[in-house]
Formats: sequence, C-alpha cells, structure tokens
Amino acid sequence: MIKFFLMVNKQGQTRLSKYYEHVDINRRTLLETEVIKSCLSRSSEQCSFIEYKDFKLIYRQYAALFIVVGVNDTENEMAIYEFIHNFVEVLDEYFSRVVSLLTEEW
Amino acid sequence: MSLGLRLIFRSHKLEVRDARRALPLLLEQSSASSSQLPGTAPGLMACRCVSASPPYSGRQSHGPAGRSLRQEEEGPGPAPGPRGALGAARGRAAPVLGEHKKLSASGESLASFRSKPAALRITVTLGQRESRTVPEPVSREEEKLIQQELNSLKATVSAPTTTLKMMKECMVRLIYCEMLGYDASFGYIHAIKLAQQGNLLEKRVGYLAVSLFLHESHELLLLLVNTVVKDLQSTNLVEACMALTVVSQIFPREMIPAVLPLIEDKLQHSKEIIRRKAVLALYKFHLIAPNQVQHIHIKFRKALCDRDVGVMAASLHIYLRMIKENSSGYKDLTGSFVTILKQVVGGKLPVDFNYHSVPAPWLQIQLLRILGLLGKDDQRTSELMYDVLDESLRRAELNHNVTYAILFECVHTVYSIYPKAELLEKAAKCIGKFVLSPKINLKYLGLKALTYVVQQDPSLALQHQITIIECLDHPDPMIKREVLGEYSYLLDKEKPEEVISRLYKLLRNQSVSSETKAWLIAAVTKLTARAQASDTVERLIEEFSASLDTCMRQHAFELKHLHENVAVMRSLLPVSKSCEDMVVDASLSFLDGYVAEGLSQGAAPYKPHHQRQEEKLSQEKVLNFEPYGLSFSSSGFTGRQSPAGISLGSDVSGNSAETGLKEANGLKLEGVKKLWGKEGYLPRKESAAGQEVEAPPGAPGISASENLDRVAARRTQAQALTQSKEEKEKQLLASSLFVGLGSESAISLLGKADTVSHKFRRKSKVKEAKSGEASSAHNLTCSSLDSLSNTACEDNAYLTTLQDGEDAKSKDFPLSSELSDSESLSELPLAEKLSDFSLSAPSLFADSDMEIFQPLSSAAASVTTDTTSASCFLEETTEDTCSGCVEVCSDETVSVSSYKLWKDDCLLMVWSVSSKSGSEVKGANLDIFPAQNFKISTEDFGKLWLSFANDVKQNIKISESQAALPSALKTLQQKLRLHVVDIQGDEGLLACRLLPSTSSLLHCRVHGDGLALWFRSSCPALLDYLSCQCQKAMEGS
Repeated sequence: MIKFFLMVNKQGQTRLSKYYEHVDINRRTLLETEVIKSCLSRSSEQCSFIEYKDFKLIYRQYAALFIVVGVNDTENEMAIYEFIHNFVEVLDEYFSRVVSLLTEEW
Repeated sequence: MSLGLRLIFRSHKLEVRDARRALPLLLEQSSASSSQLPGTAPGLMACRCVSASPPYSGRQSHGPAGRSLRQEEEGPGPAPGPRGALGAARGRAAPVLGEHKKLSASGESLASFRSKPAALRITVTLGQRESRTVPEPVSREEEKLIQQELNSLKATVSAPTTTLKMMKECMVRLIYCEMLGYDASFGYIHAIKLAQQGNLLEKRVGYLAVSLFLHESHELLLLLVNTVVKDLQSTNLVEACMALTVVSQIFPREMIPAVLPLIEDKLQHSKEIIRRKAVLALYKFHLIAPNQVQHIHIKFRKALCDRDVGVMAASLHIYLRMIKENSSGYKDLTGSFVTILKQVVGGKLPVDFNYHSVPAPWLQIQLLRILGLLGKDDQRTSELMYDVLDESLRRAELNHNVTYAILFECVHTVYSIYPKAELLEKAAKCIGKFVLSPKINLKYLGLKALTYVVQQDPSLALQHQITIIECLDHPDPMIKREVLGEYSYLLDKEKPEEVISRLYKLLRNQSVSSETKAWLIAAVTKLTARAQASDTVERLIEEFSASLDTCMRQHAFELKHLHENVAVMRSLLPVSKSCEDMVVDASLSFLDGYVAEGLSQGAAPYKPHHQRQEEKLSQEKVLNFEPYGLSFSSSGFTGRQSPAGISLGSDVSGNSAETGLKEANGLKLEGVKKLWGKEGYLPRKESAAGQEVEAPPGAPGISASENLDRVAARRTQAQALTQSKEEKEKQLLASSLFVGLGSESAISLLGKADTVSHKFRRKSKVKEAKSGEASSAHNLTCSSLDSLSNTACEDNAYLTTLQDGEDAKSKDFPLSSELSDSESLSELPLAEKLSDFSLSAPSLFADSDMEIFQPLSSAAASVTTDTTSASCFLEETTEDTCSGCVEVCSDETVSVSSYKLWKDDCLLMVWSVSSKSGSEVKGANLDIFPAQNFKISTEDFGKLWLSFANDVKQNIKISESQAALPSALKTLQQKLRLHVVDIQGDEGLLACRLLPSTSSLLHCRVHGDGLALWFRSSCPALLDYLSCQCQKAMEGS
C-alpha cells in the first residue's frame, strides 16, 4: 500500500505531496525533512529503497528533484520504482502541453 | 496559476491520453494500497505541481537515468539537456520572475490580486530561494511571506464580495500554503462551499481542496455529503466523476448508507470511467466499513467480468483485499484470475495498457498476488495456476526493470503456493539473474526473493551462496541487512569463523550505522552457535560491552552470556530449525479454558472489533442519524410518522411533509434519491416499486395503506426473485472473462452492422472455397443477430471456460446456455420467404441489424447427406469459439442443423440445410421474427418488473387520433407485436420477449398529448432499441 507520495527538491522544499493516510500538518513537515535527508544521504551505489520507520521509501531522482513514495512492506519495490517513472512520463506529457499553451497566450 | 488549472481540468476529463492509459490503471493500483482514489491522482498531483511552480518545459532529455525531468528551475523554451538545465538554473531568477508577472497579469481572475503584491512576491521569492545555498534565513523570510499571504487570503475568503472565481484562486493558494506546512484551516469551510456552489471548474477545485485539506473524521466533511449526493445524481458525467472521486478519497464512514445505493447504481453505468470510479468508491467503503458492502459482493463479480479492462483492474483491489481476509471464499474465481492473467501475459489487452512494451505490468503483479493468496496451502487450486506461472516466468525476458518487478512477484507467488518442483527450480534460476545483476536495485530484489526460496528449500539457494557472501561487503547497508538476516545459516562451504571475522571487520567500520551494527551482531550471534570457540567473538564481546550505544551493549551482553553457555545457545538458535516456521496458534485455543471460566462467572462475551465500534458509534453520535434507521424499520412506511424520518418517497419531489422533516433533521438532503434502512440499504427496485405504486396519485379505490402492504409483499417476492436470478447470472459472468477486450462496445446496436457484414462477406468466401473442395452441397444461410451480441458474448465466455476446462464449477453453466441456444433456434421458424422478411420487417429486428448470407449457388454442386457437414466449415475457424452442431429439425427429405460461431464483434449463426433424398437443394429461405407468444399475467408482470435492473424512460408525442390509450397500445401491438398485458385507467402494460429468456416490459401512460413510456428488461442493450422502435412505430402511424 502506498502511504504517501512526495516530490521534494534537493533544498528540501516540498513541491508536491499527497498523503493517503492522514498525517498531521506539523508532522508532515517533519516527515518530509527526514525523508529527503535520508534520500540525499544515499550514493548512486546504493539501492533506491530505504527503510524508514514503518515505511519503506522508494525514491528516484530526476535532476534536482526527488520523487519519494512511502509504502508499507507488502509492496513490490521495483513495481513502485517503475511506477514513479511512469508517473514522470505522464507528467512529461501533461507539461509539454502546458508549455505550448503558455507560449500561445503570450 | 489559472492557466495551470485550466489544464488540469482537461486532464480531469480523465481519459488521459491513450498512450498513457496504463497510468490511471496503475494509480488505481496504488489506491489499492492507499485506499484513496488515485484514478484521478494524476490530476491532483499535477495540479499541485502546477500551482506550486512554473511548468516544466517538458521536452525530454536523455540523462543517465533515461528521461530526466527538469523541474521548476527551467524557464520555458528548449533546453539542450540536463547539463544545460543546470546551467539554465543558475540564471533562472530573472525568467521566473518575468514569467510569473506575465502569468498573473494575463489571468483575468487575478485582477483582484494585482493590488496585493504579497501574493505575487511569494512565488518570486520562492523562486529565488532555490538558488541560495543557505536555507535558514530564507525560511524565516518564507514564513513571513506566507503568513502575510495567508492573512490576505483570510480577508478575501470571508469578504462577501468575493466571487466564486476568486474563491477558486484562493483555494489553490491555500493548498500551496498547506503543502509548505502552514495551517490554512480557515479556508476549509470555503472549500466545501466552493464544491457545493461552483460551476464545473470551481467545483472541481473545491473538491480537490477538500480532499487535500480534510481527513476522514473531520467534522466539516459531513457538510459535503449533501453535495456529493447531488452530484452523484447529476446527469453531467464530469460532476458524477468528481463526486465519485471524492467519495473514494474521503468520506465519513457513518454516511456511507446515504450514497451507497447511488454508487451501486453506477456499477451499471454505460460509461466505463463511471463504472471504474464506482468500483473504487466501493473499494474505499470496503476498507473503512467492510460490513456495509457485504451484500454487494456479487456485484463485484460483475465488475471483474466487465468488458472494460479498467473496471476489471479496479475490482482486483477489492478482491485482493477480500481474498487476503478469507481466501477460501473465492477459490471458485481462481479460473477467472488465471484466464485474465493469461490474456494479459499473452498481450490481449489494448496496447494502451503497455508500459515500455510490457503489457499492463502492475495489473499482472496484482493478479500474481491474488493467485499467491489463493493457492496457498491448496494443492488443487495451485494446480490451476502452474501453467500461467510458468508462462509468466518464460515471458519476462525483456530486460527492463518492470519485467523484473513482475518476475519478482512471480517468484513470490511460486513460492507461496503449493510447491511444484519444476517451477521452484525455474524460479530459483530466475533469481540468479537478479542476484548477479550489477544493478543494485535488482540485487536487492534478488536477495529479497532469495528469502522466499530459503524458506522453502535452502538447497536451491546454495548456488547463490558465494554471491551472498560477496554482498556482505557491499557498501549499501540495505543490502547487507537482507543478507544478514537470512543467510548466515546457509553457510556450508565457508567456515563460520571466516564469516564472523568478516562481519567483525564491518562492525568496526565507523561508517556503518548503529542499526546495521545491531543486525550484524545478531548475525554473529547466530553464527557463534555453530562455530566452536572463536577468538573473534570474544574480542567482539569485549569491545562492544563497553560501547556507548546502549543497544549495541545489550546485544554484546546477550552474546556474551550465550557464549558462556553454549548448550543454551544451541537450543535457542538451532541450526536445523532456522528455516522452519514457528507454529503459532492463531486461534489462541489454549486460552479457551480461561475464556469459558470467565464467561461462567458472568463476564461479557468478546465482541469483534467492528461490532464494538458500531456499538460505540450508535451510542455516541455527533449528529443524530436516527431518522435514517427509523424510516425503514420492518414495518415499511411506518417510519414516516417518526419525528424526523426521511421517507421512502423522497424520490417524489414536492412532498411537503418530507420537506418539513428534512429541516428537522438539520441536514439538507434534498434530492436524496436513494434510501437506506436499518439493515443496510434498500435495493433500487424497491424504491422504484414505491414509486410505481405511488405514481398515480390518488388512484381511486386503493387506499394508501393497501398500497403499502402491496409494496411490502412485492418487495419480499422481488427480492427473492432478484437474488436467485442475479446470483446465477453473475456466477456465470464470474466464470467467464472479458472477451475481445474493447473490441465490442455493446451499447450501440445499429452502429455495428458494417463490421458485421464485412466479417460475413469474408467468411462466406471461405465457405465457398471450402464447400467447393469438400463438395458439400448445402446452402448455408447465415444471419447475424446483432442485437444478440451482448448475450452472445457472455455465452462465448462460458464456452471458453468450458473449453479450457479450468473452472470446474462453471461446467454446469455452458450446459444451460446450450439449452437456451437450442431453444432459440426452435423458436425461430425457418423456411419462410426471404423477400418477405426484408420488406415487411414486422419484427423488432431492423434490417440493418442482421445480414443474411447465402453461399453462391454454384458452390452447391453436389450432395451430402451428412448432417455434420457443417463441421468441416467448423474446422477452418478454430480460432473462433463455436458451439457444437445441433440438429434443429428434419423430415424425410431435408435436415436442418445449426451451430453458432462467436466472433469478436458478432454472433454468426450458421444453418446448414442438407438434403437426405439425394436431390440437390437449390436454395433455402429464412424468415425471422420474434416469438410472439409471451403472455403473462398482470401479477407476473409486476414481479418481473421489479426484478429488472435496467430501465429506460421516454416521452413520445402522439397525434390526436392516438390520444386514447387503447389506440396507442393497439398501434404498438400491431406494429411491434407486443403483448398487451393489462390496461388500468390511463396506464397500459405491455410485454414482449425478443430473445429467449430475456423478457422486456413496457409501462405506458397517456398524459395530454404525450405518451410516457418506461421500459425495463434484464438486458440493457435491448432497451434503447425497443424505445427507438416504439418511437418509430408511433410516429409512423
């Protein structure tokens, strides 16, 4: 089960967050900081899966942006890892459209 | 911002672009987990993304990780690649600034904000902030700015002059503030209002904000219920979608009965996206209140067999969950799951579901999980899936991450079901690929998979032993952790001492985290039991007993004491037992005596969790929900007298008593169509029954109470009838599968004629050739009853299952379907004049629905007396499903036999007429009209009416001459051969049976110059057709 979905940049700023289980707003900030910290501490030699409290974090880095998914232990890590990529591909589709729309309006 | 939102709205139309259909699917899968509705998650997420930052320029650049997404740093315009992106980032502040200014200036809705520089500055400042390296002071600055913005928003949202359009803008800003961690709770109520009052786009933003702001037990959420109910009833697809989405994200548990019947209805909706969302909403209900949806389990089966893959995939979440709880109840579905997986693996899904040319990977994973649960400790069930698992292992050759994910799941399944040596070996071999891979993620996955292997059979894992040991030196503690926990006892070849010293080296390594160290020392402890005296261990104990880390110290002491007493240690950590599972008495039977004793002393018996919660809820309600329960107490309508009862009649608007009651209740429940009772809900038909009876207001002679009694009586009858019938139907469906995915759309009846005829022409050519070869002399007359295709497809599925011979339980069903087939044939009179047919067309089959083909007469050269000559034609068409050849009728000269052939888009009925006398058959003519002898009594009509779930209503203007009911009925009777069941006052009841065992009912009422027609049938496809024909008939006269 996916518990949360985060997009955080290297500076630790949340760019997108979606919690599938309610987390208090104060605890969210804390959790996000810790999550990005643990992601940043990983090297490329290390695998993209981290254990964090009760969750397993699966992360992928795109330029300076980290996409982190928190799941419980029933999840297939690689499936989530690819899910992130699929998500990014979809974003790519959406956002290229935004760009074209913006230029039209300018 | 407004631009971004506009786009999201587009994306909310939700049929994401074709190429991306895999995502919604997948997101649903994640919802699986998440219990939210990620079906729309892309929309949600995208929205946040857009509102938070300038858009991505989005053109793909090939970085080391394949496509790299450039984020907010980039201004619009093409960028050369990741490096360029970084370069661009440095000089980014200016473009961002410019962009935002323009953005705000161009959005009309922002006009009101122009005077508020703070709003504008936020984005600008945030943009700049990224380029700085020292975040601390900026974050204070950010706080100041956000607070300022929040204050101005607070003023705006509560100002009476704020338009909904502005409110929408405010919501987006509030969402952003909350995402940054600032409390925006003052806006929650406005989000709800926006969802209630806004136009489509505003509503959408309102719902989005609500789903992000609130949580399930938030009290404000109750205020949303009314809006949701209203939108669920909306005929606007987008509104219904939004309501379903929000229901599956957050919905107060105690209000489920208010929407449940509405959502159940949506399961039959003609649009697949609505069906899919309805399934997900029900999944959500299942998660939060399983006992509330227990009664619709059978409907889930229908969803599983839905012709849309998305709906089917959504239903898998529910099944995974239910099977996890109780696998024995769903063993009969194993065949279906296996068949679905087979089709997915075999690439039968539309290519839209492919992800990097792997067919629906997440769907496969989901199915594998389900199979794993079903086959656990069950040899018979497991045997059904060996084939498909083998196939999955073989298919996943493609070197892509996602195939590894599937493989991993496959291995897991292979090792959780009843073992089959051959498969186990194959799976173990597969794992080799993982473990040896240089890719670290795969290595991790491989090691994880190895733990399954080890539990089953350590010897299979032995081949990977060296790799495992090597992994101990791996820099990633995650990997080591996997290694250490499970394999230390596997070491046959290497001496434990060696491993221990290796571990010891690791332990002394400063970079290793203390958590990992704890793992390491645990592994050492395990090994020490096997190694005899070891210096290393003693050294280790000495060293860590003085460790500053209390955890480590404790471990060291444990080890020390165990080490001193080797005998105890061996018994604690027995090598040979380490693979065996501990026996856990889950039923806690050893406590039975204690419980019995407690009970005998007057203790209260144990109540399961959900029961306790229910009781708790019923005791301490925040709002009084009593009325809902009362109005459906066993006495039916008596609840109306209860102080705040919401009555069954809420369908009928303008009930003054009811309006009053609504107010008393404090909750606005205007237009709440569906009803619920103490026992859960009341099926739709009942409310319809109520309506039917109530419909003629003041119908003379029948007092209200009599009415009610009748309803009650009918209700029970209808329920029994519906259940048995539906059950059977759905079991049939369950054993079948979605056939010819997406290729048939079943809704349009007329639109298919073209493809059908095309198919036919091709076929008859084949026939021609064949009959030439085989010298079989018979005229084949084919007709495709397109209106049958719905039923036919279902039949098709039953047969498939039969042929596969997989689902033992389904065996009864094909038989019955066969039966009805032959019935259908005998009911269709043969050998009438073909010309008559096409000209008069008295039946409901319009010409365009059916095409009749005859092989060229030249082909009919010689004679066969063999009635099975059709079977040679059959042989050619092995790829299609067909029924056996059935002799329909014969006399001394001619024999007619028939069989059916199911194609993707049509049903072929092939009749072969063969001559027994040796003389040449020159031709055969076919005339088809519906069996007219469907005569039922008014009472039967009533019962049937209630049992049909599908209905269509239509109003037809009628001319003066028809204004009287009898003449209208006569027209219908003559032109359409409908049977007039009864006439009561200004209402008439008609019935017909277009297909065997599929009756259609028609209720018509004359009012002024119009005729209100209300059709019901067990087959939804027939209804539109019937109504269309009726209209034609009435207009024609």
